[in-house]
Amino acid sequence: MIPQLGYLSLTIALGLAVMLAIFPLWGAHRGNIQLMNSAKALALGVFFFTALSLLALTYAFIVNDFTIAYVATHSSSLTPLRYRITAVWGGHEGSFLLWIFIFGLWMAAVAVRSNNIPLIMRSRVLGVMGFVSIGFYLFILLMSNPFETLLPYFPIEGRDLNPLLQDFAMIIHPPLLYMGYVGLSVCFAFAIAALMTGKLDATWAKWSRPWAMAAWMFLTLGIVIGSWWAYYELGWGGWWFWDPVENASLMPWLVTTALIHSFAVTEKRGIFKSWTVLLAIAGFSLSLLGTFLVRSGIVVSVHAFASDPDRGLFILAFLFVVIASSLALYALKASHMRSYVKYTMFSREVFLWGNNIILTVATMVVMLGTFLPMIHKEIGLGSISIGSPFFTEIFSYLLPPFALLLVITPLIRWKQNRFDSVKKPLFIALVLSVIIGLGLLSVGQSFVDNLALMGLILSIWIGISTIQAVLKKKPVQAQGFAALKQLSGSEWAMVLGHLGFAVAIIGMVMTSSYGVEKDVRMRPGQTVNLAGYDFNFVGVKNISVENYTGHAGTVKVSYDGKPVATMVAEKRVYIVQQMPMTEAAVDAGFTRDLFVALGEPFDDGSWALRIYHKPFIRWIWFGGLIIAFGALCAMMDRRYRLRRKTLSQQALAEQTATPQTQEAL
Amino acid sequence: MNPRRKQRLYAIISLLLGLSAITGLVLYALSENIDLFFTPSEVIDGRKKDGIKPEIGQRLRIGGLVVPGSVKRNDETLDVSFDLVDTGPKVTIVYQGILPDLFREGQGIVAQGHLVAENRIEAFEVLAKHDENYMPEEVADALKEMGQYKSEYGKDKE
Repeated sequence: MIPQLGYLSLTIALGLAVMLAIFPLWGAHRGNIQLMNSAKALALGVFFFTALSLLALTYAFIVNDFTIAYVATHSSSLTPLRYRITAVWGGHEGSFLLWIFIFGLWMAAVAVRSNNIPLIMRSRVLGVMGFVSIGFYLFILLMSNPFETLLPYFPIEGRDLNPLLQDFAMIIHPPLLYMGYVGLSVCFAFAIAALMTGKLDATWAKWSRPWAMAAWMFLTLGIVIGSWWAYYELGWGGWWFWDPVENASLMPWLVTTALIHSFAVTEKRGIFKSWTVLLAIAGFSLSLLGTFLVRSGIVVSVHAFASDPDRGLFILAFLFVVIASSLALYALKASHMRSYVKYTMFSREVFLWGNNIILTVATMVVMLGTFLPMIHKEIGLGSISIGSPFFTEIFSYLLPPFALLLVITPLIRWKQNRFDSVKKPLFIALVLSVIIGLGLLSVGQSFVDNLALMGLILSIWIGISTIQAVLKKKPVQAQGFAALKQLSGSEWAMVLGHLGFAVAIIGMVMTSSYGVEKDVRMRPGQTVNLAGYDFNFVGVKNISVENYTGHAGTVKVSYDGKPVATMVAEKRVYIVQQMPMTEAAVDAGFTRDLFVALGEPFDDGSWALRIYHKPFIRWIWFGGLIIAFGALCAMMDRRYRLRRKTLSQQALAEQTATPQTQEAL
Repeated sequence: MNPRRKQRLYAIISLLLGLSAITGLVLYALSENIDLFFTPSEVIDGRKKDGIKPEIGQRLRIGGLVVPGSVKRNDETLDVSFDLVDTGPKVTIVYQGILPDLFREGQGIVAQGHLVAENRIEAFEVLAKHDENYMPEEVADALKEMGQYKSEYGKDKE
């Protein structure tokens, strides 16, 4: 009964979404305030009924309702409750329900949090979002109904959730990533609404920038957690595989990174407007493309857990409609948006432009590497694969110029600057970073070492120049560190974002260059040495917990005879699916991770073991967290809140104005 | 030319130079890192449609079924060798390291490595069906073509 209600509320949500796509936009066109005012209620209604539907599915999982096909294939009565709840998004249908729930959440957030925005703009934004959501609702109702029943013949036991997904990171990774993906739709809607109005200006940038920041923050967090999960759960100890699904999340991230920088220019200087709009459209399109990639099954991936080619086709068609119509609108309107603001070659504008170009190139490289094998196969040239060395190589070329821009840009001013004025701080920073980098790496000069050295120096340089940029701020120069409190949220965002990037780069180059991996065959009692650590294999015993059985191997680690850690790596067999799984043991540390995974047993009682020493790997994710925190600071910027107050008064005044003046807005 | 135009010209020229440098690098990196996929019989006899045959020393991907009884392990180390087959001749894979959890005799796998002799590949990576999608499609397709496709190789998605 309750699942049927879930389906019903989805249909109601579709109905409301259709109304949301029509009435507010029509009202905005005709200047009808009542119709425009309906946007908020309709958006909240869509959200409410979608939430109800998600709750209904969760309920079906909690009570083990195996009459529902989706529940029967993604859960079992042996599955622990916490994983029964997260199994809601453990497969295709449910994760799409989560997707549209989050879409509704963003829509509701826009409806509630945008009193500072003129009514006409708000109703257009919500209308565009409603329009986009129709596609999603049709998709879930017609092609991927999570409430499909197996009646009258249903199994008495479910098939359990894929063991790889029975994990803490998998509880939070999909919602975070989806928050990011779907959040980009808000920027997209703002861009489209602005194109409709034909009024792209600094105010528009100010309105949509916090939303871009929010989406970007979630995207960053989602990617970081996904990388962390792949590291310890897939049992390979890698943190990034350049796998199509990972690339699908990286592409929108790169574009959105470009977008938030381009937004800065548009907001402060009123230029790059059409470029910013294009990035906003590209960001959302790429996130749809990512969904298509993950859901269609046309790519082979370690992360794709649910896929179906027909569904992929629907998403592809939808993607085509969204991209084609928004680009058509862009082509019609963007030509009127030329701006004439003067700036010279040596100015922050130009350097941020460079940043955008590098990020765009990076996106295109990822796209090429991801789609070329698919296209190659589709046109009948046979299967090929593009290895991760391709991506690593290109990104190591792109990183140095990008890092240089990152070093210089915060130090120079808008409009124009003279190189002399930044020469001194730049030089000091370079010397300091070379000294520190060289000091840290006094030995070994192979190619790998030099790569690591370059990465280190660049990161430290970024770090130092970012701090210099803070010190150059007027209040800091006048009052010293007490003035740090006066820095605005956006300034903190810049500082934290760049420092986080530097930290992550240090993690990446150190891990890639100095990580040691070893597959060994060990008898109980045997010891191997890796990077100075002695790994003593104690032995293996049988285990049996909740919904799996298996073996647990104990490894005692010591350094110079001093015990460091006792690590227990497991080899599990999940009872329902009879699926073996490697559960690695990780001893996490600030400067290094130790990683032990259990391989296969041999006839003579020995086991295969995989042992890694990964220096600084945690810095990758730590850096990502710093970046995300920076984005949070930007969202909290006082400027947006103050604007809200004054603007809401303005908006109030506008609402009482006549429809004719509304139209003029 | 006025200085403003001149500046713009320099900007465009440097942009073009940068982009062509990147394009060159991308093409170069691509040519180094594209691996073709073969089945065991294609390694020996060449591909049906275009007759392309891998040369010794070439890096490639190979997919096929593990021949039952062919898996030989070294007694002391992690060295292992096994034969792969599709419809025709077998190819021997040698590998050093831990085989994936779902590596089984009779199962489909994909290996990536270098061709060291006409029918011998030194693999640096061996992938098995890890979940419903990790059975690489390439193998499923190859198996389909030779009529050995079993439903468990990809359609148990739901």
